[in-house]
Amino acid sequence: MPDARNSILSRLRASRDANGIAPQAAPPSDFTPLAEKKWDPAERLDRIRRLMEAVHTEFLETTEAEWPAAVRGFLEKEGLNSLLYAPATEAGARLAAEWGEGGPELVPYDRPVEEFKERLFDGVDAGVTTTLGAIADTGSLMLWPSADEPRLMSLVPPMHLALLKADALYDSFWQVLREKRWADGLPTNALLISGPSKTADIEQTLAYGVHGPKRLVVVVVR
Amino acid sequence: MAVENVNFAAASRKALQDPQLRANFRRAMDGLVTKRAAQFADAKEWNGVRTLAASVRTRALAKLPELLEQLEANLTRNGIQVHWASTTDEANAIVLDIMRRNGATLAVKGKSMVSEEMHLNAFLEEHDIEVVEADLGEYIVQLDREMPSHIIMPAIHKNTKQIAQLFREKIKDAKYTEDVGELTDLARRVLRRKFATAGVGMSGVNVAVAETGTLCLVENEGNGRMCTTVPPVHIAFMGIEKVVEKLEDVAPILSILPRSATAQPITTYFNMISSPRKPGEKDGPREIHVVILDNGRSSIYEDEELRNTLRCIRCGACMNHCPVYTQVGGHAYQAPYPGPIGKILIPQIEGLERRGEMPHACTMCNACVEICPVKIPIVEIMGRLRTEAVKKGGHVKGAGARASAREDAAWKGWAAMYSSPLAYRMASALMAKLGNAAPASLPLLKEWTSARVKPRFAGRTLHEMARKKGIPDA
Amino acid sequence: MSTAPATTGTGTGTIPRPDTVYYFGTCLVDLFYPDAGMAGIELLQAQGLRVVFPQGQSCCGQPAYNCGHRDESRKVARAQLDLFPEDWPIVVPSGSCAGMMKTHYPDLFKGDPDRAKAEKVAGRVWELTQFLVQVLDVKLEDKGEPVRVTWHASCHSQREMGVRDEPKALLRQLGNVELVELTRERECCGFGGTFAVRHPEISAAMVGDKMSDIEGTGASTVVSGDCGCLLNITGALEAAGKPVRGTHIAEFLKERTSGR
Repeated sequence: MPDARNSILSRLRASRDANGIAPQAAPPSDFTPLAEKKWDPAERLDRIRRLMEAVHTEFLETTEAEWPAAVRGFLEKEGLNSLLYAPATEAGARLAAEWGEGGPELVPYDRPVEEFKERLFDGVDAGVTTTLGAIADTGSLMLWPSADEPRLMSLVPPMHLALLKADALYDSFWQVLREKRWADGLPTNALLISGPSKTADIEQTLAYGVHGPKRLVVVVVR
Repeated sequence: MAVENVNFAAASRKALQDPQLRANFRRAMDGLVTKRAAQFADAKEWNGVRTLAASVRTRALAKLPELLEQLEANLTRNGIQVHWASTTDEANAIVLDIMRRNGATLAVKGKSMVSEEMHLNAFLEEHDIEVVEADLGEYIVQLDREMPSHIIMPAIHKNTKQIAQLFREKIKDAKYTEDVGELTDLARRVLRRKFATAGVGMSGVNVAVAETGTLCLVENEGNGRMCTTVPPVHIAFMGIEKVVEKLEDVAPILSILPRSATAQPITTYFNMISSPRKPGEKDGPREIHVVILDNGRSSIYEDEELRNTLRCIRCGACMNHCPVYTQVGGHAYQAPYPGPIGKILIPQIEGLERRGEMPHACTMCNACVEICPVKIPIVEIMGRLRTEAVKKGGHVKGAGARASAREDAAWKGWAAMYSSPLAYRMASALMAKLGNAAPASLPLLKEWTSARVKPRFAGRTLHEMARKKGIPDA
Repeated sequence: MSTAPATTGTGTGTIPRPDTVYYFGTCLVDLFYPDAGMAGIELLQAQGLRVVFPQGQSCCGQPAYNCGHRDESRKVARAQLDLFPEDWPIVVPSGSCAGMMKTHYPDLFKGDPDRAKAEKVAGRVWELTQFLVQVLDVKLEDKGEPVRVTWHASCHSQREMGVRDEPKALLRQLGNVELVELTRERECCGFGGTFAVRHPEISAAMVGDKMSDIEGTGASTVVSGDCGCLLNITGALEAAGKPVRGTHIAEFLKERTSGR
């Protein structure tokens, strides 16, 4: 409603100006309290692990050479039958190439969700995605879903496996925003994920997997 | 809208007579207070981040008109459609129009306090559109046709048994279980079907970033991500005050909001949305609409002191720390925002004629002020609203509506006596000697003695004792 | 319970020890607790101070202020401003009234010709226990029998005056006094001035929780530094037939140290 727009904005401007507050007069903020959130690089992963395990996240340690096999081994051990993956990503291509015969079915997310909803919602046991790294301050994974690695991969399957490179660890979200210059270009959807889906809405009792994944497995790749 | 007075006193009496309800709140609030304190154990860190978060919000308000224009420009550039609404009626009409254009008859909605302000669910139901609340707590209160009793934990007033009973009655084929995991699974099953079939997903906005045209949402459950990703259309609701200037301004708010609200270092999901589905992308809505609602906020903005109300980031910590809220719970306030923030926000939105009593539901203990993560002077504003309620010519809608000639005369008499040393000396000496003869049935004493014995006058005043003991007067 | 630091209080810091102080007794002390008021004066005198009690004083103006009647509040507050002409500290045996003077006078007199005067008064106000500990660094000797007490912290002393550990530090100096802290020491007792009569049921529920907390400590005495809280808590204890007594901290300290 253009009338509403103009009336709201002109009213705000009039009252702001009447009080003599120039927009330039609002002082810049001092971000020192966030800049001070720093950890020894060697401590970051321990902290991330401690914070995320406190909210039921699981960790799987592996290496750059072995992670596809480690993921497969984990699924087999857990008795899961299918894994949603992103075939057009580098990680997805490698996963498919090294998956081998038998074992859990690899399900590619290669169509628009409209053609894929039933399988997505009812027919996959787990999804695997990459991450941009993790944040020590709060124990959070960073994800930038893309055309090749869609948004729902980390949300709809009951288990989410997230590949975390052990050298992509940061101190704080603020540090990432600044150093990685996120403001210069954000994707359609950027995410911080700090555990499996949870709720405490029933008498403050924690329950996992209310809407999203019941289990989050961080696959630490060294 | 017809103006009718809301009777907080009657509603709180009802709440106080419900021992189960009181036990639920007492236990929950005690737990939250203790857990929050642990999150902010480092006083220096708390003071630093709090000062920073407050400065981010203050700066955003100082630049509010420019930031809203910048936000609109960047959202539009990103392909997100912006709608402005002065009133909740306008906002509801915008939503209905979007739903109809898309032929949608089912919407799923993540938590949005603005949509509660709009009474959106009732409005859409009148137009044969089903809205399903997807946040578990909101889903529970919707099933029972109640209002949320807390802005963060909507169903905090219910215990597991009550929810178990509710689910068995309202959900098809549900068996009775008090297992929280099973109850949660039940809701998951019902709501997953809704996510997969809804034509529209709705959400609130925790922070909107002017610099990048980004909508940020914090949540634990994943229902917010479902609502903003699965349905083909997403409608987001925000008050005009929700904008911040820079992307980095989000960081202090994200640092302090979850710790203040639920004593978590961070919520499970932090969801930043900057565009609808782009060509080649396989999921996400094809349309995103943002409804920017005023509903009285631009009037609050006009006054320098009252404007501080708009710093609020809706963490709900003031409720958790409010000794009055802890006793009576959220429903007694009969408003989308209960507790301290509600006591200052609702009277400003709805006017003092209807809500003039609300700022008095407060002992001015300042517990909320002490923990507010953006330093809102809640109690100062409470006092200001009490003044506006009894004095004509103030800023707030309905100023002076609660003035009473009897009360005015009483305070004038009080002031005359207490501002004259001679009058005070005579009156106080008299009261000290004879005050105990006042019958407990007198107004005020009657209320006082409902739970206490009469205050006992000492028989002599400190003034008299000091004189007798030769304490110098100057 | 919350251990978050004071943020609304005006903070601490100290001043050089003065020879003379003003004493502002407050209206509730005047009518209901004059013995506590006198005890406060004597505690200060025992430290070698000259205590001046201006006889023209009445009330800080808070009752009307909190009810929204600021003109009337200002009228009463204004009548106090000229009573303290010298640059001496003003000691108040009540956190709430001290908080009114210290944190609200500047606002109350905003745009008023007396603003500067109000600010000068505000800047010199001390809550009694704060003054005893921070400025006088008192050392107390207990002459009483063994007793178990608990402490109720008033909202305004904590959150407007920034009083934290001072009263408990004083109680802990007393060798025969066992201090058992409340579970919810910092929670409001439900007085809130006119709140207690505007919302008597909620106030009763709040003081009910406070009473249970007090009883849970097994203390025979609840000590507090604010007469509003004391009227409320002791009034409720007595109405409920509980044997716990309530005492103002000034009176309690005086009693213990004089061996009465």
